[in-house]
Amino acid sequence: MSTPLGKFPGGLVLDGQKKRSTHDAIRKTPLSKKLILPLQQHIGEASTPIVAVGDNVLKGQRIAKAEGHVSVCLHAPSSGTITAIDEQPIPHPSGLSALCISLETDGEDRWIEHEEIADFTRLSEHDIRQKIREAGIVGLGGAGFPSFIKLNPGVHHHVETLIINGVECEPYITCDDMIMRERAEGILDGIEIMQYALRVNHCVIAIEDNKPEAISAMELALGRRHSLKDTRIVVIPTRYPTGSEKQLIQVVTGKQVPSHGLPIDIGIVCHNVGTSYAIGRAIKHGEPLISRIVTVTGTDVKHAGNFETLFGTPMHELLSFCDTHREPNEPFILGGPMMGYNLSGDHLPVTKTANCILVGVDNAAPKTEPLPCIRCGECATACPVSLLPQQLYWFSRSKDLEKTREYNLFDCIECGCCSYVCPSKIPLVHYFRFAKTETMNHELETQKADNARIRHENRLERHESEKKEKEERQRQRKLALAATKAAKEKEAAKKAAESSTDNQEN
Amino acid sequence: MLTAILAITIMALIFGLLLGYASIRFKVEGDPIADQIDKLLPQTQCGQCSFPGCRPYAEAMANGEADINRCPPGGEATIQALADLLEVEAKPLDDECGVEKPKTLAVIVEDRCIGCTLCIQACPVDAILGAAKQMHTVITDECTGCELCVPPCPVDCIDMVETKLNPNTWRWPDPSHIDLKLEDHS
Repeated sequence: MSTPLGKFPGGLVLDGQKKRSTHDAIRKTPLSKKLILPLQQHIGEASTPIVAVGDNVLKGQRIAKAEGHVSVCLHAPSSGTITAIDEQPIPHPSGLSALCISLETDGEDRWIEHEEIADFTRLSEHDIRQKIREAGIVGLGGAGFPSFIKLNPGVHHHVETLIINGVECEPYITCDDMIMRERAEGILDGIEIMQYALRVNHCVIAIEDNKPEAISAMELALGRRHSLKDTRIVVIPTRYPTGSEKQLIQVVTGKQVPSHGLPIDIGIVCHNVGTSYAIGRAIKHGEPLISRIVTVTGTDVKHAGNFETLFGTPMHELLSFCDTHREPNEPFILGGPMMGYNLSGDHLPVTKTANCILVGVDNAAPKTEPLPCIRCGECATACPVSLLPQQLYWFSRSKDLEKTREYNLFDCIECGCCSYVCPSKIPLVHYFRFAKTETMNHELETQKADNARIRHENRLERHESEKKEKEERQRQRKLALAATKAAKEKEAAKKAAESSTDNQEN
Repeated sequence: MLTAILAITIMALIFGLLLGYASIRFKVEGDPIADQIDKLLPQTQCGQCSFPGCRPYAEAMANGEADINRCPPGGEATIQALADLLEVEAKPLDDECGVEKPKTLAVIVEDRCIGCTLCIQACPVDAILGAAKQMHTVITDECTGCELCVPPCPVDCIDMVETKLNPNTWRWPDPSHIDLKLEDHS
């Protein structure tokens, strides 16, 4: 064990509320009759279906392929028949629908043939990344960024440290805690593979000090693993949002990831413990990512706990399996109380990024209307990125997007600390999310307009040159015509002259 | 006295030459005001402003020959941006030009298309693909929704379809309405 080297400004000490869901071991969610699989469960391009309606598929069979670079494949979580490929409501704050593959399970749960690899070192780094991509693995901490990209440092970067994120700082969520307690060996398998793919020996597993069971389980497993002698466990003081990638790097290494930069810029790669476990399963056992551990908790959940759930399982089935008091279509939170968002609708499926379903928060403050900002500055003190939330609030409210960017809006990690401490209960993060999407949309529109302008100008230019060409052709033709005419006349004159001389001679 | 006059004259000459040189050396190509205005226009190239495209309208505005409220696709937001740039009062959209509508895309009903190429000739941004007596299709990403392809079609096979919001283009709603409610109370 070693100690952390740094800390970040601001942050909060929150009541963890994690006991409720750590009483029982991880359980398996019963197989659902129907699985709904959104084609986009990750950041980047949606994947493209490679099955048709009516096809029979086996568990673990690829049903959609990666499209473009930032994309991963999607697999059937169980055996059955594809019943539809159409738009279905997806778990997204917008409540909108997107293209999904619906799978009716046959209950047999029959695996497709998959290859187990005992010694992964016979594969090249490239092959490992490719296998991870084909296994559909994305960051399971919540963001869902394709993992194979983060395992490819490229030629310009040298990775010094691999950080395995087992911090799980947000209240209520315990899926990483439980996976460390129960599947430490599997996580270490993943670490070995990632170290090999990144060519790095130094690895740090960061765990918050409110998870003593997870720490001892990981230590025990690590002590038995002689191949991982450069891997250390760092116990980190419990403080929200230490689990956020950039904040964690600051705590563990004392180094700051530059604004607009990536951890790789300072030689660090960070992966979640759940992702590490998934990578171990994918490479060593050939199993693609078809399930994840979901925490179901909250005051309205009778049997709270962690559930290994197949992707596509309707959330209401999971909730009723845990005996949740909930009216149909009553809203619940996906994610934690700080960064999660409200969802309603019963048939939303569990996806790769669904780490926690929260129904009912303890001591929930009654919903009040926000009061005017009193400029107390609490938000700036709490901000872990040292931004000025108050200024950003004014600019977002007046839709001064240029100014929000000047004040580094895009460095905001949307942790919710500012909204939490605001005595006027102003939904600050909501304003920042609004300003962010507004800016991105504005950029997209400008880009489209620029494109249209160029295309229009090119078209005008083309017409102009076509016109000129036509004129030139006409001129040429006229000249040619005139020339032939002149030649003919000359000929005629010559003939006439000849005939006249003939006449004279006669 | 004479030296003073001489000195001033020489200085005037030098500065005159300097200015003259600078105006040639650092000459700004094109009309920067028209460029700035053009940047704010939506580039649909629809001609609803009665000018043949966004650029001519921008130039007319720069010369003070056209009003700022003649762009229906840009709508209120564009008028506001133009008013800010040109430091004039914003005004409502000119009814003569049309009304502000949600964004649309042209879609060719491919069963009915006879391959006459008339729409291809009408499209200001070359967003329609096809050849004579071959089915045509719209490149969705390039279509600006200008509707110029609709009237020339002899078989009426082009529909203007409202662009659908998807989770990637969706925007978080403006939370300030909550604040507004509050201001109503006070």
